[in-house]
Amino acid sequence: MSVRAIDSPTSSALSGRLGLERTLTLVARLREVGIVMVLLAVVAIVTIQAPLFFSVSNFEQILLNVSLIAIVAVGQTTVVLTRNVDLSVGSVVGLVAFATGDLLKEHSLGVAGAIAVGCLLGVGLGAFNGLLVAVAKVPAIVATLGTLYVYRGLDFLIAGGKQVSAIDLPRDYLGIASSTVLGVPTLIIAAALIALAAAYLLRNSGAGRQLYAIGSNPAAAEVVGIPTQRLIFGAFVVCGLCAGIAGVLWGSRFGSVNALAASGLELQVIAAVVVGGVNIFGGSGTVVGAVLGAVLLATIENALRILHLSEFWLLAIDGAIILLAVGTDAAIRGYFQRILVRTGRR
Amino acid sequence: MSETSPILQLTGISKRFGAVQALLDVDLGLLAGEVHALVGENGAGKSTLVKILAGIHRPDAGEMTLNGRELVLSGPAAARQLGIAVIHQHPNLFPDLTVAENVFVGRLPRNRVRGVDWSELNRTAERLFQNLGVKQSVSVPVRGLSVADQQLVEIAKALSLDARVLVMDEPTASLSSHEVERLFTIIRQLRSRGVAILFVDHRMEEVFEIADRLSVLRDGRHVITALISELTPADAIRHMVGRRLETLFPKEPATIGEVALEVRGLTRAGVFSDASFEVRRGEILGLAGLVGAGRTEIARVLFGIDKADAGEVLVAGKHVDIKSPRDAMRLGIVYVPEDRHEQGLVLDFSIAANVSLPIVQKLSRFLVVDRAQEERLADEYSKQLQVRSTGVEQAASALSGGNQQKVVIAKWLATEPTVLLLDEPTQGVDIGAKAEVHRIISQLAGQGMAIVLISSELSEVLGMADRIVVLHEGRIAAEFGRDDASQERIMAAATGHVDA
Repeated sequence: MSVRAIDSPTSSALSGRLGLERTLTLVARLREVGIVMVLLAVVAIVTIQAPLFFSVSNFEQILLNVSLIAIVAVGQTTVVLTRNVDLSVGSVVGLVAFATGDLLKEHSLGVAGAIAVGCLLGVGLGAFNGLLVAVAKVPAIVATLGTLYVYRGLDFLIAGGKQVSAIDLPRDYLGIASSTVLGVPTLIIAAALIALAAAYLLRNSGAGRQLYAIGSNPAAAEVVGIPTQRLIFGAFVVCGLCAGIAGVLWGSRFGSVNALAASGLELQVIAAVVVGGVNIFGGSGTVVGAVLGAVLLATIENALRILHLSEFWLLAIDGAIILLAVGTDAAIRGYFQRILVRTGRR
Repeated sequence: MSETSPILQLTGISKRFGAVQALLDVDLGLLAGEVHALVGENGAGKSTLVKILAGIHRPDAGEMTLNGRELVLSGPAAARQLGIAVIHQHPNLFPDLTVAENVFVGRLPRNRVRGVDWSELNRTAERLFQNLGVKQSVSVPVRGLSVADQQLVEIAKALSLDARVLVMDEPTASLSSHEVERLFTIIRQLRSRGVAILFVDHRMEEVFEIADRLSVLRDGRHVITALISELTPADAIRHMVGRRLETLFPKEPATIGEVALEVRGLTRAGVFSDASFEVRRGEILGLAGLVGAGRTEIARVLFGIDKADAGEVLVAGKHVDIKSPRDAMRLGIVYVPEDRHEQGLVLDFSIAANVSLPIVQKLSRFLVVDRAQEERLADEYSKQLQVRSTGVEQAASALSGGNQQKVVIAKWLATEPTVLLLDEPTQGVDIGAKAEVHRIISQLAGQGMAIVLISSELSEVLGMADRIVVLHEGRIAAEFGRDDASQERIMAAATGHVDA
């Protein structure tokens, strides 16, 4: 009886906090809504300035450019959720792209075979990153900075200054990127399918939940018996696989591959992930957000080209968007944190 | 001594953190040239008082005077400037800087071109250590020095600032007996120079060896200040435990079954050694002792987080090897950690997702978590433990402390354990929620669970436990049955003063 009496004021205070809680959840979702709104604003403004921009073929072009980055961003999100990062993805894409192209050119391996080998190579490279981070306990930023150079070095070693051109590649392979399903380019469909599958699994699978738990509270994850090491290793393997898939599609999309293919891609991918609201300190964010982030950045890039603005503006605006996205995040979070503290949550 | 007026005087100091009244109306005077011991149970308010003197916390009420002038501490820097030096249990030094740099950090001597005057720096630092009568190379980095040596660096720093008041927070906690002797020599030397020393400790032997006067805090209140010669250790202990007017939910009678968990000679080097005890189904075993006595550490080993160096563990009579929390869970042992936020909950997750976290793989079918089953499970345990929420989809971060603790317990109940290790289950929850947690624990024992209850609160252990094992500095100091245990006897064993 006395228990109830003591607790009733707490429960009324609780309902006050609940409204706040709902607002907080809304803010989290707002991130994705926010990106979409900025995206629409950009589209509207650019369309007024340059009506050419607003066409199905241009949007298709943008999405085609996004598709490979988006696939890599899916893998990167998986890694970033666990409080890690994979800087080697650009090199993995490059190495897999060249190796696949080389196999198709030299060894007349079937298209399906070459694709399978490319994906497996991505898995292997990701697994090596995973071993360094999860088993050898090298900080991810250092380990994958190392493999960024090592994998690119291997790429140069195999390529030896040569390049694979479209004429060397089988028609079936090149056809993947140019084909369409019901009028929609296959690449875009592939990227969308991968992103949706990853989004669903991260949200609903046991392993996905555990990945969020690891990033959100490593100590608690350890205490509930989550196999942290194995899951972080797994996240790097998934990231390698995604980069591998992107690498396999790279040659098909661009026709020619040299040893420098996809260099610098890692920064574009991380930018997309961060703009998309994935917390760089792990534990929160979604694949959908990351993909939207990639779409936003690509749309702006396309718009600036159509408006004939210089490369400088392109880079400066990309940078400004990253700072803006992260800054607003921090500000909003800090604001709600203060309110929560004031309302007496411990 | 009463004729000299105190150099530092606290009057009516109060401090509150949320629902917890950490200090209430505390008076304390420090005389120049005395070693003044401050003792009390865990949670009595000693640390809060130290932090107020260090300028880390500001009191809600009351006033402080230093040399008769009103003292307002705006921050740690102000305290230091005014001559109050605080030496924390774990020294806060810069491991990669040298000893001399650490002593003079922030005020390094400069040469003519505004660079650091290294020779002057090292010379002054050396002189300080000579004054202390200690041989210490001042040009080596602090990293690698023992805790005892690091404390000396802090003391040298205090001296270089010409501190008149030195506050030492459990300075002997991680020192060997030889190092304690050396520290005491230095303390006596500082005392003869007229420094006022507040010595916060709970080891009776040490207090009675070094202190001139003694003050006791209990539940945030000042109980007594007396000359050490006017007291016996047993008196001091009686003042520390006192009598409390708390309504407790005593354990309901339960059938005590077979041995669920037995520990023989369990040892983890440097943390605890030769721990042996057993706990039966339906029984609550209390693990009492001071913070750092090794209670949490034993639980962590039993749950597979840390490894034992020696000893054996038997679950239901069978030898087992627990290498990870997963092993422990498989054997039916679960651990509800001390710190809900650090180790217990994923605050971003909903109640349901938290409850299902340990068994999320088992709840999955073809990779995907069965949401319906998850919700049913979370709902069932939330109801059983009476978690107050808007529903199991509510985020854990929105719950009150007591309800969060219930979610942590629910999480483990979902794994259907046979042995429940509870570490300070009611710390930081309000009295109403506390009684509820007690009721839950009692109910679980009634269902045949074997429970190990770690608690610093003597009344909680006395009310709940069938048997009580008391740890002192990593060893089992005493074991009491429910009927022959008392606050005094437990506290005496916990402070290493067995003949109370």
